[in-house]
Amino acid sequence: MSQSSIGLPHFLIVGAALFALGMVTVVTRRNAVGILMGVELILNAANVNFVAFNHFVEGPGKLTGQVFSIFVIVLAAAEAAIGLAIVLAIYQTFRTIDVQETDLLRQ
Amino acid sequence: MENEAIANAIQVGWLWLIPAFPLLGSALNVSLGPWLQRAYGKRANHAIAVGAMVLSCIVAEVVFWKMVAAHPHERFFENHLWTMWQSGSLRADLAFGLDPLGMLMTMIVTHVATLIHVYSTGYMADEPAYWRFFMWLNLFVFSMLLLVMGSNFVVMFFGWEGVGLCSYGLIAFWYEDLEKAKAGMKAFVVNRFGDFGFIIGLFILFWSLSGAWAPGTNKYVPERGLSGRILGAAPDRPKMAPSGVRLGPTVEFRELRNQVADESTGMAERLQGMTFWGFPVIALICILFFVGAAGKSAQIPLYVWLPDAMAGPTPVSALIHAATMVTAGVYMVARLNFLFALSPAAMTVVATVGCLTAIFAASIGFFQYDIKKVLAYSTVSQLGFMFIGVGVGAYWAGIFHLMTHAFFKACLFLGSGSVILACHHEQDMRKMGGLREYTPITRWTYLAACVSIAGFPIAAGFYSKDEILWKAFTARGLLQPWMGPAIWLVGTLAALGTSFYMFRSYFMTFTGKYRGGAGHEMKETEEDPHAVEAHRHADVAAHAHHSEAALQALAASVPHMRGEAEDAAPVHQDEHAHGGVPHESPKSMTYVLIALAAAAVLAGFIFGWPAAWGGSGPLLEHWLSPSLPAQERVPFAHASHSTELLFQLIGGVLVAGLGWLVAYALYHDNRSTVPARLREMFPRAWALVFNKYYVDELYDATVVRGSLVLSRVLYWIDQNVIDGFVNFMGWLGRAVAYVDAAIDKYIVDGAVNGLASLTWNSGSALRRVQTGHIQSYLYGALGGAIAFVIIQYVIR
Repeated sequence: MSQSSIGLPHFLIVGAALFALGMVTVVTRRNAVGILMGVELILNAANVNFVAFNHFVEGPGKLTGQVFSIFVIVLAAAEAAIGLAIVLAIYQTFRTIDVQETDLLRQ
Repeated sequence: MENEAIANAIQVGWLWLIPAFPLLGSALNVSLGPWLQRAYGKRANHAIAVGAMVLSCIVAEVVFWKMVAAHPHERFFENHLWTMWQSGSLRADLAFGLDPLGMLMTMIVTHVATLIHVYSTGYMADEPAYWRFFMWLNLFVFSMLLLVMGSNFVVMFFGWEGVGLCSYGLIAFWYEDLEKAKAGMKAFVVNRFGDFGFIIGLFILFWSLSGAWAPGTNKYVPERGLSGRILGAAPDRPKMAPSGVRLGPTVEFRELRNQVADESTGMAERLQGMTFWGFPVIALICILFFVGAAGKSAQIPLYVWLPDAMAGPTPVSALIHAATMVTAGVYMVARLNFLFALSPAAMTVVATVGCLTAIFAASIGFFQYDIKKVLAYSTVSQLGFMFIGVGVGAYWAGIFHLMTHAFFKACLFLGSGSVILACHHEQDMRKMGGLREYTPITRWTYLAACVSIAGFPIAAGFYSKDEILWKAFTARGLLQPWMGPAIWLVGTLAALGTSFYMFRSYFMTFTGKYRGGAGHEMKETEEDPHAVEAHRHADVAAHAHHSEAALQALAASVPHMRGEAEDAAPVHQDEHAHGGVPHESPKSMTYVLIALAAAAVLAGFIFGWPAAWGGSGPLLEHWLSPSLPAQERVPFAHASHSTELLFQLIGGVLVAGLGWLVAYALYHDNRSTVPARLREMFPRAWALVFNKYYVDELYDATVVRGSLVLSRVLYWIDQNVIDGFVNFMGWLGRAVAYVDAAIDKYIVDGAVNGLASLTWNSGSALRRVQTGHIQSYLYGALGGAIAFVIIQYVIR
């Protein structure tokens, strides 16, 4: 029952760890690309949760969680594209991608 | 059959034309006058004025003949134009009404005024402000017609005030002369005193007429006392007496007359029974009305303005201050005869004041040297006679004297104007004399008028004056039976005085030698009125030379020449230039004199043929009887015709003859030295009378000084009390404002500024939060989320 010893909490712990790592990455990285990576981690933490809940709560044969996670993956792809475009625009404006330097938002 | 005490009106829609023409003439002259005078000459101005008067006269004639044709009890013509205002039970209409009395007055006013307008075209020919003179004159006639034709007290009062205004404007016509301007003001102010009495009397009358049928009785009682206590039934609409007469407060003469004259209304008894703070209401009303009449008609003590009013041009003195306006008071008393007859006290007051005025003014006339002053005091005295007439209840005789006086006094005044013009604006009779040679027409007309006023039976004055005195003698309607004969005695003495001073003025002016000029060199054209101009230069120059009392005696008529006096002075240095030769006046003046003299002689025979001489009694008495319902009510003692004839002999022939004789002895040809010796023998008495009993000084010391003191006291109060209060209020306002400013500055502004700076400071503090570092925002969001979770956990 070693297989059965791995249950929902384990998945949730992995999800939470991923979310925490992503969060720390987003909050602490000064590189804009790094922040985008952190965002990917957060999104994937959510994906892990969706899939885990689908399997343990909805039961086998149901696809709701899977569909959600596919949507999130697509969304993440689009988000990465837009995010990289913004990073490029920032670079063109500030000649840097250090978020500490780019403080035009306060205006 | 109809009740004869009730007068019913017949509507005549065009009565308003009579006063409208003079108003139109006045309006034309005031608006276009100066331009017309420049463009077309003075002819245009007097064409308008005289034309208006002639038209007015014609309409008056038509109405007169219409009235003559009507039945005596249908001689009440009315013309209601519109209601001016209505307030409670007071309805004031602009309405004209003519009854035989009003008709007579209208005829006198329009005809005498027309004559005097014509006369003025000659007399005022040299006047620069010609249009202004005729404007005032026409306006005066309009006001006078309002006064006599108004069918209610309101219209009458408009006219009453209007004639006062015009009188003021005409007395002060030469307003550049301070004395004349003052005389105008004096007349106006003294008249105001009288008007005050009039209007208060009117208010009390109006109040006393209000009433209601007392419940359960057939008595008409006041609905409220002064205290507001309701005495009768609730007042709503005017009540009807059994005879159909409308009862209630009214200002309409005819309605008033019907209420009082119709016995079935009981109004007469009620008015007699009413008291006002313990004083009989009817006597109070009548005496107050008489105060108004005394102001307008120059009776003691309000006569003082009339002699001063002689400052106006002579035609004005003739028209306003002799023939028409001053008789308004007599007219009013006669108009309200039904009221006065109810109160023996008021009648006694009227008759007594009248007879005192008659003797008092006549005695002042004895020693005046200014010809116009003599006539002025004579007018006051004659008005006194009229008040004796209306006072003792012989209303028609008073009105008759009013009429004959209008003729002979207008004639005398216009004659004096002619004399003044002849003597180059000299009014002092000591500088006249011998004018019969130079001014024959003036002399004869003046003499005719003198005979008339003195009361010789061949002229009109006799008929009216002796009727008055006879009625006074037999009067029994006064408070005491002996009063009538007493008034008769005083009146007869006054008549004696009248005869004396009139013939004195005649002898001083027309007989003897001319004392005005240096000689009789006939170098000037006598008939030429334009020679006046040259004379006047000379005359004024001479007066400017000897600047003595004579300058004051010059009185009227030369103010606009003063500027030229200096220019003329060097030219006429020699004494020969003084005066020149008197000359007869132009035809426009002499014809008027003749017409008036004729009227002054003939009016007596025509209108006043006494019943004692056979016939059915005087024509005028019959004519006026519908207007004078009180005529039969006033009791008179019965006396035989022979007694009346005896009194006529004493009062007319003897008294007039005696006056004439004394005047002849003392003043004929100016030869007698008796007047001068008498004057030396009794200097005090002479001075007393000559100075008019110092009445003007008395007024000056009491009324004038009193009002000046009062004004000073009021000024002091104004300066110290009122101003102090006002200043205190100002100070108080400032103090409050200071407090208010402090509140505003520190509390209100503090709150507003505090809020602003709070916002500002918090803004600057919070601005720091806005770093622009996206990660710090994220920290915030994260912190918030964690805090939320913790709170959620804790609270649960």
